[in-house]
Order: sequence, then C-alpha cells, then structure tokens
Amino acid sequence: MANGNTLLDARDVTIRFGGLTAVSHFNLAIQPHELVGLIGPNGAGKTTVFNMLTGVYKPTEGEIFVGGVSTHEFKPYQITALGVARTFQNIRLFKELSVLDNVKIGGHIHYKYSTSAAVLKTNRFHDAEELADREAMELLQIFGLEARAGYYAKNLPYGDQRRLEIARALSARPKLLLLDEPAAGLNDRETRDLMQTIHDIRDRFNIAILVIEHNMELVMGICERIIVLSFGKTIAQGSAAEVRANPVVIEAYLGEPAEAAGL
Amino acid sequence: MKTSLPWWLRDFLLLSGFVAVLIGLSYGLEAIPIAGIAYYNRILVIMGINITLAVSLNIINGHAGQFSLGHAGFMAIGAYFSAYLTYYHFAPRLDKMPAGTGQFVMQNVYLVIAVLAGGLLAALAGYLVGLPSLRLRGDYLAIVTLGFGEIIRVLILNIDTIGAARGFSGIPHWSNFFWVFLVAGLTIVISWRLVQSSVGRAFLAVREDQIAAEAMGVDTTKYKVKAFVIGSFMAGVAGGLYAHYMMYLNPQMFMFVKSFEVVAMVVLGGLGSISGSVVAAVILTFLPEGLRSVKDYMPGGRDPRMVIYSIMLIVLMLTRPQGLFGRRELWQIFGRRKKTDVTPDAGDANGKVNGDAAPPIQ
Repeated sequence: MANGNTLLDARDVTIRFGGLTAVSHFNLAIQPHELVGLIGPNGAGKTTVFNMLTGVYKPTEGEIFVGGVSTHEFKPYQITALGVARTFQNIRLFKELSVLDNVKIGGHIHYKYSTSAAVLKTNRFHDAEELADREAMELLQIFGLEARAGYYAKNLPYGDQRRLEIARALSARPKLLLLDEPAAGLNDRETRDLMQTIHDIRDRFNIAILVIEHNMELVMGICERIIVLSFGKTIAQGSAAEVRANPVVIEAYLGEPAEAAGL
Repeated sequence: MKTSLPWWLRDFLLLSGFVAVLIGLSYGLEAIPIAGIAYYNRILVIMGINITLAVSLNIINGHAGQFSLGHAGFMAIGAYFSAYLTYYHFAPRLDKMPAGTGQFVMQNVYLVIAVLAGGLLAALAGYLVGLPSLRLRGDYLAIVTLGFGEIIRVLILNIDTIGAARGFSGIPHWSNFFWVFLVAGLTIVISWRLVQSSVGRAFLAVREDQIAAEAMGVDTTKYKVKAFVIGSFMAGVAGGLYAHYMMYLNPQMFMFVKSFEVVAMVVLGGLGSISGSVVAAVILTFLPEGLRSVKDYMPGGRDPRMVIYSIMLIVLMLTRPQGLFGRRELWQIFGRRKKTDVTPDAGDANGKVNGDAAPPIQ
C-alpha cells in the first residue's frame, strides 16, 4: 500500500464529536496521479474526512501524512503549502472580490512578498503581480472564465462559480486536489463537461484528485478507485465495477433486502 | 502602473512633489487674509488627523474585516507616549540650543522621532491585543477591543507623570498642517498600495471567508495581526500629531466615544473603501462645525448641533446602509458607465459595473 511516493496517507483515522463517532478507523493512501472517489449516503462522514485531511478538524485518533509529513500539528494553511488544495461543498468563494482576485488568492503561497515590498511597490512586487496575473488568467482560460475575470465572484452563474472554485484551488499548485461535490446543482450537460474537465486537469497538472460526489455517473465514470463510507465506516473499496456489485454497498444505499428484513 | 523609473526614484520624486505642495499650501493658508483663518486652519488639521484615523481603522475594519472598537486607545498611546518624550526629553534639550535654523531643524527631527515612537508603541499594543483576541470574531472581538481602549484610558488616568486626571499640559506646539497632511497622504497611499498587493488580498480574503482563506494557504492569524499592527501604528502617529497640535491631552479625549466617532466615519464611507473613509472623515469633521451657527436661529439660544448631527447620521445610514461608496472607491463609482471594459487590472471595479450586464443565474 503506502510507499515512498504516497501523496496522502491517512492511517486509522477516527474523529469523535462528543459522543458521536463521525468517522472511525479510516484508512486511505493516495498515489500521485490517482483519481479516487469517496462516496456514501448523506451523513456518512465524507466531508468530515475532507475537513480532517485539510486540517480544519483534528482527528481524535490516528494520523494523516502528506508527502510523508505528519500533519497533526499543522494548521490548514500549512497543509495547503504541503500541496493539498480543496473546494467546498457549499461554494465558498470570496464573493465581493473579482474572479481574478479569487484565483490570485488561491495562489497566495506562491505570489506573496513582504509588506514593505507592497508599500514601496518594488520590483519584487511588480514581478510577483505580473506572474500572478498571467498564471491566474491562464487558469481562467482553461475554465472558460477569462472574459469574466473582472466580475465580482458573486455575480457569476452557479456553474461558473463551481468552476471558479476548482480554478482557485488549482492556483495553489496542489499535488492533491480535493473536490467536495463538484457536480452538486449542475445539470447533465454541465456534469459531463465537468467529468471531462476533471480528467483533463489531472493530466494537465499531473495531480492526484480525490472527489466526493453523489452523482454516480460521474464517480463511476472517472474514478479509478472508489471508497464507500457509511456511518463513518469504510464499507467497501475497489474499482467502479467492484463497488457497484458489492451487496454491502447496495444495502447501505437502498436499505436491507426485503427478505432479510423479514417481509 | 509600472514606470520606467526605478521604484525608489519614482517614490522619492512623488514624495518630494507632495512635500513641496504641502509646504506651499501651509504657507499659503497662513497668508490668506480672512478673519478667523486660524479657526479654519485648526479644523483642517483636525480633519487631517481624522482622515488618518479613519483610513487606518478602515484597514482593520474594512479590509481585514475585524471589527475593532479600540482605535481611540491606540491613538491615546501614541499621543501620550510622544508627548511624554517631547515634554521630558526633547523639549528641554531644544531649549538649550541657540535659536535659529538648527533649532528649527532639530524641533522637527524630535517631532518625527517622538511621533514615530508613539506609533511604534501603539503598534506593539496592537500586536499584544491582536494576538490573543483575534481568535474571537465579530461582536466578541468588538467587546474585547472596546475593553482594551478603556483599559488604556484608565491606565493613563492613573499615571501621574503624564498628568493623570489633570491632563497633560505644556506639550510644545510642533505639529502643524504640513505634518498632519503629510501623514494623512502617506496613510492613504500605503493603505491603497496594500490593498492592491498580496498582503491586501490576504486581508480581503480573511474578511470574505476565513475558512476558504485558510484553505488557500493564507495564514489568517498572521494577517489579522498584521492589519491590527499597521492600523494601530497609524492611529498612534495620528495621536502623536494631535498631541503636538493641541498642546494638551486629557484622558477624556480618548473615551470610547472617540472610537465610535472613527467607526462612524469608516462605516459611513463604506467599509473597505479608502476614498469613502476620507470623504466621510471630511464630512464628519466639518458637519458639527458647520452646525455651530444653527443655534443663532434657535429660540433661547439652545444648541441643537449634536441632535442634527445624529439625525443626519441616522438618515444617511438608513438611505445608504452600505455606506457612501459601498466597498468601491470614488473613481470606480464615477466610472460605472464604462461597461464593456473587463480587463484584469480593472479588478473589483467591474464586478458591480458589469453587474447589470452579467448573465442571470441559470
């Protein structure tokens, strides 16, 4: 399983909120360039897993390694610096800022300079800002948002806001991208476009992607490996075909078979 | 704007030009033959100090989105510490010097040192307040900063060396139109350059969504403290200039009412709008002064000045709850007819500008 190249290694991770065990004994190793899906019924703990991976929550037990480094004492921004970027289930753009600024903030760790350089507008400032502008526009082009670079993020149509979130996360130049329900609220055509986009950015930026999604077409269509969570426990993992055929997964999604329930 | 000049030469030239204009203005203003020009001059100076206070608080409240009610406290620290330095250390030395150009130069050098020292001590206070209390958000932070401002005032009230409740009198009159507006101008430029930089973007990101900012690699605590340190430094400098203009300080001057006054300027101008803070500071300095004459028309000579002032504030906030300029700047509002321009460096201007042209949410 885990080898020297492992990007992300979550070992036996458990988190409890008071008496509630939200996620228990979760294990996950992600290799470079992998496309992994994380599925499960509502309340299974998928987003909680994301929040632990990105340092928003601290696991009660177990440990998470990013690139071999334990992130236990790390704050979210430090984990981002290790190469993990994410999007949010309920879009969290910087609404009152321009689309371009959203992406530039995404690349904050790569474009920052000292406060004095900012105040004096030194060459360092100009170089960093030019680079930031250029790279941000390139990213916006990939997502077809370049014509709207000057809009307030809140004025974008919903689908564009979802895409902007991905563009902003990519701006951090992650090695691992975490997508939290990227297809939520998208129509079929937009979802198919998104599948293509996810595939493309994986190859283009040579990153690994972990995606939480309810849309089975998307998950089954693009993920090489799928992990199924139910009530905080990993109940199955494997390829799309394996997971689909797994009776435990079917039970988790559809309930117990009628005969087992004694009807 | 990138010029072919090296940055230090560009800034040096800009600063020299500004200094020249200010020197010209300050002599020009003294020379105007109007009765009571000293009174108008005084209001102008107070306006300059208020601009500095409002713009600096705007960095904390408007850009970084940390609601602080302790600005009078930072101002008091700068005012009292710089006054202490001049009164006990610099002024006695200056008195021993022979009168003449040398004394004049040294007086201004001492002023700069004292005021900067006041600003630095205020910045240190901003750091100390910021570090533990920035874990708090919104209302909770407001209460902590409010408490901080009162602590400073009560501390000063009990230090006899700086006058305690009697007030601190005998501060030399070293500050003037020139210094006040030099500082106000620098504050505006620094604030504007910050907001266009990665530092300012980080402030704005913290304001907009702290969790997202953190996920994008922004060390939110660091930037919040940074906003506090920069803002309180400027407030401290403003306080120092105020002390050396008024020649007298009293703890009563730095009651929480003073903090609210500055907050009113920032909110009235539009949280996050630098030009809004400036315009609001100008309005809220002149408004109470302009209303002084109203009492001449009142029966019995009662003064309804503060009543009218308060009513106008209420009306303004009811009609424009987002402040005069919202989050935008003055020129962005007047440029709103230019619709088609969506160049990247037009930035936040175009969001609202194009707002009506933006496609509807599908």
